[in-house]
Amino acid sequence: MDLYEYQAKELFAAHGVPVLPGRTVETADDAAAAAAEIGGTVVVKAQVKTGGRGKAGGVKLAETPDEAREKAGAILGMDIKGHTVHRVLVTEASDIAEEYYFSFLLDRSNRTFLAMASAEGGMEIEQLAVERPEALAKVPVDPIAGVDRAKADEIVAQAKLPAEVADEAARVIVELWEAFVAEDATLVEVNPLVRDPQDRIIALDGKVTLDDNAVFRQPAHADLVDQRTEDPLEAKAKAKDLNYVKLDGEVGVIGNGAGLVMSTLDVVAYAGERHGGVKPANFLDIGGGASAEVMAAGLDIILGDPAVKSVFVNVFGGITACDAVANGIVEALKMLGDNATKPLVVRLDGNNVEEGRRILQEANHPLVTQVGTMDDAADKAAELAAAGA
Amino acid sequence: MSIFLNENSKVIVQGITGSEGTKHSTKMLAAGTNIVGGVNARKAGQTVTIGGKDLTVFGTVEEAMKETGADVSVVFVPPKFAKDAVVEAIDAEIPLAVVITEGIPVHDSAYFWAHAVAKGGKTRIIGPNCPGIISPGRSNAGIIPADISGAGPIGLVSKSGTLTYQMMFELRDIGFSTAIGIGGDPVIGTTHIDALEAFEADPGTKAIVMIGEIGGDAEERAADFVKANMTKPVVGYVAGFTAPEGKTMGHAGAIVSGSAGTAQAKKEALEAAGVKVGKTPSETAALMKEVVAAL
Repeated sequence: MDLYEYQAKELFAAHGVPVLPGRTVETADDAAAAAAEIGGTVVVKAQVKTGGRGKAGGVKLAETPDEAREKAGAILGMDIKGHTVHRVLVTEASDIAEEYYFSFLLDRSNRTFLAMASAEGGMEIEQLAVERPEALAKVPVDPIAGVDRAKADEIVAQAKLPAEVADEAARVIVELWEAFVAEDATLVEVNPLVRDPQDRIIALDGKVTLDDNAVFRQPAHADLVDQRTEDPLEAKAKAKDLNYVKLDGEVGVIGNGAGLVMSTLDVVAYAGERHGGVKPANFLDIGGGASAEVMAAGLDIILGDPAVKSVFVNVFGGITACDAVANGIVEALKMLGDNATKPLVVRLDGNNVEEGRRILQEANHPLVTQVGTMDDAADKAAELAAAGA
Repeated sequence: MSIFLNENSKVIVQGITGSEGTKHSTKMLAAGTNIVGGVNARKAGQTVTIGGKDLTVFGTVEEAMKETGADVSVVFVPPKFAKDAVVEAIDAEIPLAVVITEGIPVHDSAYFWAHAVAKGGKTRIIGPNCPGIISPGRSNAGIIPADISGAGPIGLVSKSGTLTYQMMFELRDIGFSTAIGIGGDPVIGTTHIDALEAFEADPGTKAIVMIGEIGGDAEERAADFVKANMTKPVVGYVAGFTAPEGKTMGHAGAIVSGSAGTAQAKKEALEAAGVKVGKTPSETAALMKEVVAAL
């Protein structure tokens, strides 16, 4: 899960990383009140989970509360790269002497963590890495040893941060590492990390990605989910513990196993090229246990998507037995009753497939068509979606 | 022949008394796996009867190895305790640890991987979040159904469990030396490259099918390896062409970040290395059939 800037900074502050005082608000009037409270010149910053906010006009200075109201009014509701701005962060405007770059992240290729730091901050890191690679220090961090003061000193030295702030920067880096570990983050990025005229080091921006696998030991992370911007179908699926991603096509997809479902989406898209350009409507992995309840919950989510014109159920029974899946489909259709209105194309293979196919055949549900192979079934589902569109 | 796992492998199960551990131990035994015991510190000294076989539950992996000569551990321990279980297996220097557990935080898998490296790499880790490894007719360590395909000349390495099953099913008339699901997490032990290297050296493997998916650059690195080191034919498949940017597709590691980790880039890298890449699982299987027919 990616965090908003204001959430990232709250998390930084909780771990001792210096940030500027600020408040997150949802209306222009509240922005004015926040500006009055903070005093002096403030920055009004759009809170969206994407980069390039400044360029898009989502970050503005305001010298008075009235100006803060005006700027916030213009930014709230703005669309930045497909993200609607629902909140702005009103924060003290800092005096910046210098801008640096800093991050801790998971380095997948080397199966370790990595610190990246540069004395040249402010620009996008991808751009810095391409244009000035020699200015970007990359220091591997051993997941067991972690980052102590000596390691932080090494990072500061490699990044060539100025001597006057080396001590303070190293202290902040140790705090950022503690946040990275304590919060089960896979990314903690500060761009820019700034030096103010008094040689203090401040995290002026923040980007944090948290590990969804760690929720069992990070109960507080559930509160960081933004219900408003979550797709309603995705939120409903999550509440039912289903692995669902909304896409923009017409063929609903249910399968077992992440790889097979991804593959199913691709095969549906290829089939769609022959049938009016229909596309997969979603990713939904029902995992190992395809009980009637799970199948019904899955079908319920997919049929709740008005864009869906047909549904492709693609199951290879490994651990899951096909007869259980078939019973799940039959029971699910009973549970859904009149709410089930879209044609279902079912392809079963693997563990106990004969029994599974027999169950579906005997149930003889008018909405269900069985097809023998994944490719043919995708074709049929695409054809039905095109006919229903 | 086979890689990493054969008829002489002696297998213990960490978490044998849990529901998953018991269920899959039953299936592994039925597939002919030589399971010699289990590990659960809280139930040390007990005996469990699984599939008609009495198995001792040991307190530690070290003790289990000493008493039984085990050289493979299959880990079914829940995410919360998985790090300690894998570290224990590494400390006992078991040659192969197959970590089935799904949902392990990446800080924990990065930790046990670093620990394995620090210990001199004596333990090969497969997984986590994987279906395990099967050398059909010899042994099965994990949850891959043993009845999909028998033994044969194809080696398979895949990030995905169900695509492993699908591909084994499509190629069941030819059969497999070994099939390995390496898992879809961001940090895994055994990589595509490790498996390719072992298949290249295995006289029983004549051709290899490798299955990848979006996220990371493992497939691109594997492509470089194929180009530089492989003499045996490799057929490939990549899932996730239609995956949107920035969304995790089921597997924790299956995510396109910006322009990195796309299926298209992986396919192109593999093709540039001389790997024939199928558009669908069935097309990939057809390519492999052609390759095998020409051997």
